[in-house]
Amino acid sequence: MYQYNEQDQTLIEERVTQFRGQTQRFLNGELGPDEFRALRLMNGLYIQTHAPMLRVAVPYGLLASRQLRMLAKVARDYDKGYCHFTTRQNVQYNWPSLDRVPDLLAELATVQMHAIQTSGNCLRNTTSDHLAGVCVDELEDPRPYCEIIRQWTTLHPEFAYLPRKFKIAVSGSEHDRAAVQLHDIGVYLVRNETGEIGFRVLAGGGLGRTPIIGQTVKPFLEKKYLLSYLEAILRVYNLLGRRDNKYKARIKILVKETGLEKFTALVEEEWLQIRDDMLLGEDRIAAMQAQFTPPAYESNANSDTGLAQRLTDDAAFAKWFKYNSVDHRISGYRAVFVSLKAPDSPPGDIGADQLDALANLADDYSFGEVRSTHRQNLVLADVKHADLYSLWQRLDALKLATPNIGTVTDMICCPGLDFCSLANAGSIGVAKEINQALDDMDYIHDIGDIKINMSGCMNGCAHQSVGHIGILGVDKKGEEWYQITLGGSSENEAAIGDRLGPSVAKHQITESITRILDVYVQHRLEDETFLQTVKRVGLEPFREKVYANH
Amino acid sequence: MPIIKNQRILENTWTFVEDDAPLPAGDITVSAKRWTEDKAALLQHTGKLGVRLAPADNVAALGDDLPVIKLIELNFPAFNDGRTFSQARLLRSRYGYQGEIRAIGNYMTDQVFYLHRVGVDSFEFNNPKDMALALSAIKDFTIRYQASTR
Ligand code: SF4
Repeated sequence: MYQYNEQDQTLIEERVTQFRGQTQRFLNGELGPDEFRALRLMNGLYIQTHAPMLRVAVPYGLLASRQLRMLAKVARDYDKGYCHFTTRQNVQYNWPSLDRVPDLLAELATVQMHAIQTSGNCLRNTTSDHLAGVCVDELEDPRPYCEIIRQWTTLHPEFAYLPRKFKIAVSGSEHDRAAVQLHDIGVYLVRNETGEIGFRVLAGGGLGRTPIIGQTVKPFLEKKYLLSYLEAILRVYNLLGRRDNKYKARIKILVKETGLEKFTALVEEEWLQIRDDMLLGEDRIAAMQAQFTPPAYESNANSDTGLAQRLTDDAAFAKWFKYNSVDHRISGYRAVFVSLKAPDSPPGDIGADQLDALANLADDYSFGEVRSTHRQNLVLADVKHADLYSLWQRLDALKLATPNIGTVTDMICCPGLDFCSLANAGSIGVAKEINQALDDMDYIHDIGDIKINMSGCMNGCAHQSVGHIGILGVDKKGEEWYQITLGGSSENEAAIGDRLGPSVAKHQITESITRILDVYVQHRLEDETFLQTVKRVGLEPFREKVYANH
Repeated sequence: MPIIKNQRILENTWTFVEDDAPLPAGDITVSAKRWTEDKAALLQHTGKLGVRLAPADNVAALGDDLPVIKLIELNFPAFNDGRTFSQARLLRSRYGYQGEIRAIGNYMTDQVFYLHRVGVDSFEFNNPKDMALALSAIKDFTIRYQASTR
């Protein structure tokens, strides 16, 4: 994990000082609300329905145990004892009070955490694969590049007032777990014909009101040009992106309106003028890679024999093992998912005591590190086979072992009407209702890989348009209704879901979902996943069933 | 009205001239439009010459004229129009502009650090009270992660 040096630390402390002054001036009436709004957003601070909401950055999803303990402390001292993990691998607090936010940020800074650029029309947190460095299908660890990009984006003087927010994701594996194609800039590590590793760069992807899948602007970029290419894209966007209409201000609209070919030509023209002045040296890359060297794995970890026995003896453990852990590139280790989708708790939420306990588990079993995923779960990435059983028991006692990763109850869900002032409809309550309706784990496991994403409004924070099943809250004359889409995906075969039909009322949404699942079970061929069935049979059978006597 | 230049408070000696107004004596700035249309007449002026740019103006259009332009005012219609930052950066880094670049209009002291980094070296504020704040805001951060003008 990247270790802050003195400069990194100074920067976040200076940011706290700056924000303290800004907050003070706002509270004294010396800074107008519009101005303060822009400044506080760039420190992750929204004004929500009940109180400010603060979004804390978790760069590419990596957390050390001491940082988890700080998140727990902040949850206790400044909030109501819990926090929420978001689809951008960040953390949100829903109840801090404005005047105490500078103190809160100062505490975070003591463990190298901050809220810089977690909101606002600026370069946001760079996200990545939550299995980076440990998965079996990786070409190269993306995290060193994420950190290089993090530093480049942090307080970039030219791109702090963009037309709209800007998100970058990097993935280095075959299986895209970072929704790379749905980012303003997506970066894949790839190998070219001569065997050299570099980047494929996509631009113009994004969710929200007009979901669009990113397109390739550079099929192969040499590593040394990473930052110059990003800078070229950003400069073109900063100068030409629309500023007249915030719904048309994302880079995806610029790419669409300009046309991919012309947009790419503009970027290339800009890039050719700067690329030799901003080379990313091999030494810099090597130094960054040295920050992400593998932990001290035990060479005899694969000689464990107890695991096989436990798996035969304990069916509950075996289920958890199957759904909540995955293969590791080191034999004798697995990566373990910590489910934040217990049936009775809002998706992505975690309590202060759970955070503290999890920090201990990370120290005991996984080299003191935890990762957040874009599906709002956590990962202990380096667990020895011999430790899995005791880890499972301890997670289970914390209610963090629901064996539902990748299943229908592993829903992505935004805060919705309960917290968000922009919401049209509730999402947490619906998630709970769906969970109650699907209380049979065997059934859930039988229907397998189904991703439900649910957002409380068009802004689509929960990426509903790329959910296998997407649920979108809409307002109909002051009532909460829900629009359903099917067939979306944020992975390699990225796709925007198709609308099933008219939206359904709140009392019908859960039944609509269970009916959709019934249709799948009825139509699926052997081994066919939900997404494959939807592709094969189309929407009609689902339509018929969902809208029958509604 | 005083301005900040090179981190010192100085009296402003420049006057902006509207497109249809006659040229007064002394140092003047004009719009990009007037600069292009009226260049010959402007070059006869005895005071120093400057241009005021709006965010949509393309700095490349000033091209070969930069050596005679002693001041470029970058006007913020609203503080969140970030094109200004790219304009300054391009003027300095790409076109090698050596004259004064001044931020004017509706922007915040909180943006002075970034403006200074992309090459703006003087600042005019609608509210003179902002000057003291701006002088300290230039030094908000001692750390720089990216290459820029400075
Ligand atoms: S999707 Fe809408 S309701 Fe949900 S968090 Fe985002 S803005 Fe709020």
